[in-house]
Parts: sequence; C-alpha cells; structure tokens
Amino acid sequence: MIRIPCPFCGTRDHSEFAHGGDGSVTYPNLDAPMQDWHDAVFQRENICGVQVETWQHVNGCRMWILVERDTMTHEIHSVRPAHAGMAKALGAAS
Amino acid sequence: MTRFSAWNVFWQGISGQEGWTRQWRDPEPKPHYDVVVVGGGLHGLATAYYLAKNHGVRNVAVLEKGWIGGGNAGRNTTIVRSNYTQPGNREFYEDSLKLWEELSHDLNYNVMFSQRSHITLLHSPGAVDAASRNYNTMRLTGNSDAEIWSLGQLKEAVPHLNYGADARFPIMGAAVHKRAGTARHDAVVWGYARAADQLGVDIIQNCEVTGILREGGKVTGLETSRGKISAGKLGLAVAGNTSRLWNMAGMSHLPIESHKLQAFVSEPLKPLLDQVVVFGMGGAHFYISQSDKGGMVFGGDLDWYKSYAQKGNLPIVQDVAEAAMSVLPCLGRVRLLRHWSGVVDMSMDGTHFISKTPLDNLYLNAGWNYGGFKATPAAGTYFADLIANDRPHQVIANHDLRRFERGIQLDERGAGPDPKLHG
Ligand SMILES: Cc1cc2nc3c(=O)[nH]c(=O)nc-3n(C[C@H](O)[C@H](O)[C@H](O)COP(=O)(O)OP(=O)(O)OC[C@H]3O[C@@H](n4cnc5c(N)ncnc54)[C@H](O)[C@@H]3O)c2cc1C
Ligand SMILES: [Zn+2]
Repeated sequence: MIRIPCPFCGTRDHSEFAHGGDGSVTYPNLDAPMQDWHDAVFQRENICGVQVETWQHVNGCRMWILVERDTMTHEIHSVRPAHAGMAKALGAAS
Repeated sequence: MTRFSAWNVFWQGISGQEGWTRQWRDPEPKPHYDVVVVGGGLHGLATAYYLAKNHGVRNVAVLEKGWIGGGNAGRNTTIVRSNYTQPGNREFYEDSLKLWEELSHDLNYNVMFSQRSHITLLHSPGAVDAASRNYNTMRLTGNSDAEIWSLGQLKEAVPHLNYGADARFPIMGAAVHKRAGTARHDAVVWGYARAADQLGVDIIQNCEVTGILREGGKVTGLETSRGKISAGKLGLAVAGNTSRLWNMAGMSHLPIESHKLQAFVSEPLKPLLDQVVVFGMGGAHFYISQSDKGGMVFGGDLDWYKSYAQKGNLPIVQDVAEAAMSVLPCLGRVRLLRHWSGVVDMSMDGTHFISKTPLDNLYLNAGWNYGGFKATPAAGTYFADLIANDRPHQVIANHDLRRFERGIQLDERGAGPDPKLHG
C-alpha cells in the first residue's frame, strides 16, 4: 500500500484515493492551434522516476492534490493541494 | 537442431532422451546487423522470425536485457481472442487468430493453443444489448464466430458459476467467441526463438541497450552492455519500457503510459473450467481460465496508478479475490500459489502502434495494453513487413503514432484518452 499524506486529512492508504494522471499537463486556450491540444490530450512524457501527478481523495475530503511520486519505487516526495487558493481558504498546510 | 516429430519423440523415448540438441544458439553479438530488434519478448522474437521467413532478411539480432520471455511475455494470462469491433482492429486480430491456428505447425513447436471458447458474462439488459451490438458488428464484418447465449445455454456449458438467487450480480446470459482460448506463453517465446534462430537470427540475451546512436534523422547503432552494435534499421518492441528507449533515441513524449497489471495462479486442481470466463460489471473486472497443469490462472484490473515497478499492490489482490468469489464461489478454499505483475504499455485509445517514427530507420511496436499476447503473430508479421518495406501494410494503416492528429481513435471501450481506463 502506498501511504499518501493528504494536506487536508493526514496520511491515508492510497486505496482511499483515485489516481488522476500526469500533473504536468496544462490545457491550452480554447482557440489554441490543434497541435497544442493534440499534445496536451494525447502526448505523455511517461517518466520513469519522479513525476508530478494528480490524485483525488475520493473516499476522504474529495480534494484534488498534486503528488510528486517516483514511478519506479513509488516513494512520495511531496504533496500539495491542486488549488492553492482553496487550501488557504480552508486553512490547510501547503 | 533436432526437429520435433512423432517419430523423433518415439525414438528419443526408447533411446534415453539423449539425442536432443540445444534449441537455439547463444551467439556473441556481431559488430553490425541489417536489422536490430530491441526486446526479447513475444513481439521482438516474432518480428525477427517473420523478417527472416517472409522477407529473407536474415542478418538480424534480437537484443534482450534479461532472458527472453522474462517480461510480459512470461507474465500474461494467455488469453487469445479476436472479438474486436473497430475497423483495423477487426482485420488485425482476425489475421492474428488465423495465424495462431497454424502456429504450432509453422514453428514446429507445440504452443499448446487451445480454442476452448471465451465467455463474457452479462449481468443486465444493458450489457446484453451492448454485447449484441458488438457481436453483431463482428458478424456483419466477417467474423462469424460470435454468439449470444441464453442463461440456459450457459448453465449447460458451465454449470458451476454463481447462478444463485442471492448473487450480487445475477447472470443473464453470455457473449461467446468459440475459436478463442489460451496458449502456453513460454512455449510461444521458445518456439519463435528456436524458429528464428534456425533461420539465422542471433538472439542475444543479457544485453541491455543503454544508448541509441544517431546521425541527424537516422539511427546508426546502439550502445549495449555487451558493446557497440551498428544497425541498418532498428525496431523497438520493449512494451512497458518504450518511453525509456524513446528518450534514448533523443525524443520525448508518446501517447503511452506505463502501468502495472497483476496476474494470479492457484495450486493445481483437477479439471474444473474448460473455457475462458470473463466478468466485467461496474468497475469490477475478472478473467479466469485453467492451465494444462491445473492451476487457475486469473487477473483483473491494473493497479490504477502509473508504475514502472514489476510489483503489484494489495488493493487489487483484494478486488480480484472478491470477483473470483462472486463468479466461482467454489474457489473459496483454493490456495493461491503465486502472483506477480508486469509493466504494460497502455495507450491513449487502447489500441497499439506499429509505426514509423520521426527517425528514418527507427520503427516502433508498442502500446499493447493488456492485449499483446493474442496479437503476437500478427504484430510480428506486420512489424516485420513495415521494417522490411518501409511502409505500413493496409491493415495497419491507422495503427501509426500520428492517428490522433488525423482525428482517429481506435477506442474499443469508448473510454476516452486516459490510458488506465483501456483494460
Ligand atoms: C499480468 C498480465 C496479463 C496479461 N494478459 C494478457 C492476456 O490474457 N492476453 C493478451 O493478449 N495479452 C495479455 N497481456 C499483455 C501481453 O503480455 C503484452 O502485451 C505482450 O507480452 C507485450 O509484448 P512482448 O511480449 O514483446 O513484451 P515483453 O515480454 O515485455 O518484452 C519486452 C522485452 O524488452 C526488454 N527490454 C526492455 N528494455 C530493454 C533494454 N533497454 N534493452 C534490452 N531489452 C530491453 C524486456 O526485458 C522485455 O523482455 C498481459 C500482460 C500482463 C502484464
Ligand atoms: Zn483528504
């Protein structure tokens, strides 16, 4: 079991969370060229090593978080709320 | 190398089994090959075999970092089927199934291909409708091996499924694909290796590729743990490690993510299940068959998070055990013998790539999701054809890396561009 320190709830088993995907992807503007959209939707770096990814604490606070995790060892390097402003409003550590 | 035949088996049987010779050579790498294929799994070995057999390209090496068949080739649950509905996939997997039917003869090696039927359980009227649509599509497009069974037919064929009134998901019927089945995965690896070796292919184990050498838009050779090797053409067939080799070639980003998929085998039992049975219901996923040794071989979903570790996690063990109990409650007291995991190359639409690349003489075979075992003979055939002729065969016209740019997704599940959902 991977243990994920949720900034809102504390450390929990990864089975409480849903893995979103590659957290480094940002979507372009709606009027951006097709190639930019193609790359954002379909192309992945697929890092073997530390990558940023999104997870959602579905069986907990339901917040989205950004996790830096090693895809080979599964070691977690950092966790932060996906929406920094929201975290501040809720008074969580970020 | 001794050919296998009834006579040879008989003769060796009465003469002490001492006349068999080794099945393939263990050569030192040569400084140059016309084609180098990286990855000694099923696809790399099959590609080398068909390059030599179909195209007369015999100065070929297969480089494998460990031992052949040590990757997903030796880790899969060996289901072979062709019940696909997307154009391109239909033809590809039908071709593959036809090649499977002749494979033992073609390779002179018993791959133990057993066409025992693939039975998908249906648990709701919606599921019956969806399966009917898919199986009708198969029939209308040339694959007549598609049947929808009533509950009565199913009970007759597989009497010991959970038909109880208290079943969490009562069974309503089944979609049946009769020419589907299983094969012995190791035998397929060894059969291709032996047949390729016989045609002159060098199979080089313990040879890890650590760098890809380029001059401009061309690959010139490879750095390996056994020295430099120059290559006229280079084919990659490294499954879950595709992005790492892609980076070595000086490129980044592919429509692929590496995830891990587990499989399980029980202690050997007397004959219990004569078909492949598949259960899929609102988030649960389970498939099971019995090996010739008697072990119940089964699996479920992948681990739901990206991973390069060949090491499965416990939540899936629990999910799969629960699914096993809800489908075949008679397994309740059977002991699990082993479980393991493989790194699968999940693609953005659930369909593979047999593709040219931005580099002139680099070719890619990847994106096999959970389904690359059944694809082996066709993947080897069409990848060899692509490498030899430097143009895709019509059947794989949309199996290239650039299909998304053309607005084409071959998404059998309709799950959208999220690799983990294409199980
Ligand atoms: C648990 C599990 C169950 C599955 N069940 C099924 C099923 O029922 N039916 C089905 O059709 N498919 C199934 N699959 C999918 C199927 O096994 C794969 O799609 C298929 O085996 C992939 O092709 P391959 O055999 O060539 O890959 P692999 O056997 O993984 O071969 C790739 C090889 O490349 C080598 N390699 C990697 N990097 C390097 C390097 N740098 N240098 C040299 N060599 C390198 C690896 O060591 C490996 O041997 C399953 C997969 C898994 C993991
Ligand atoms: Zn939380």
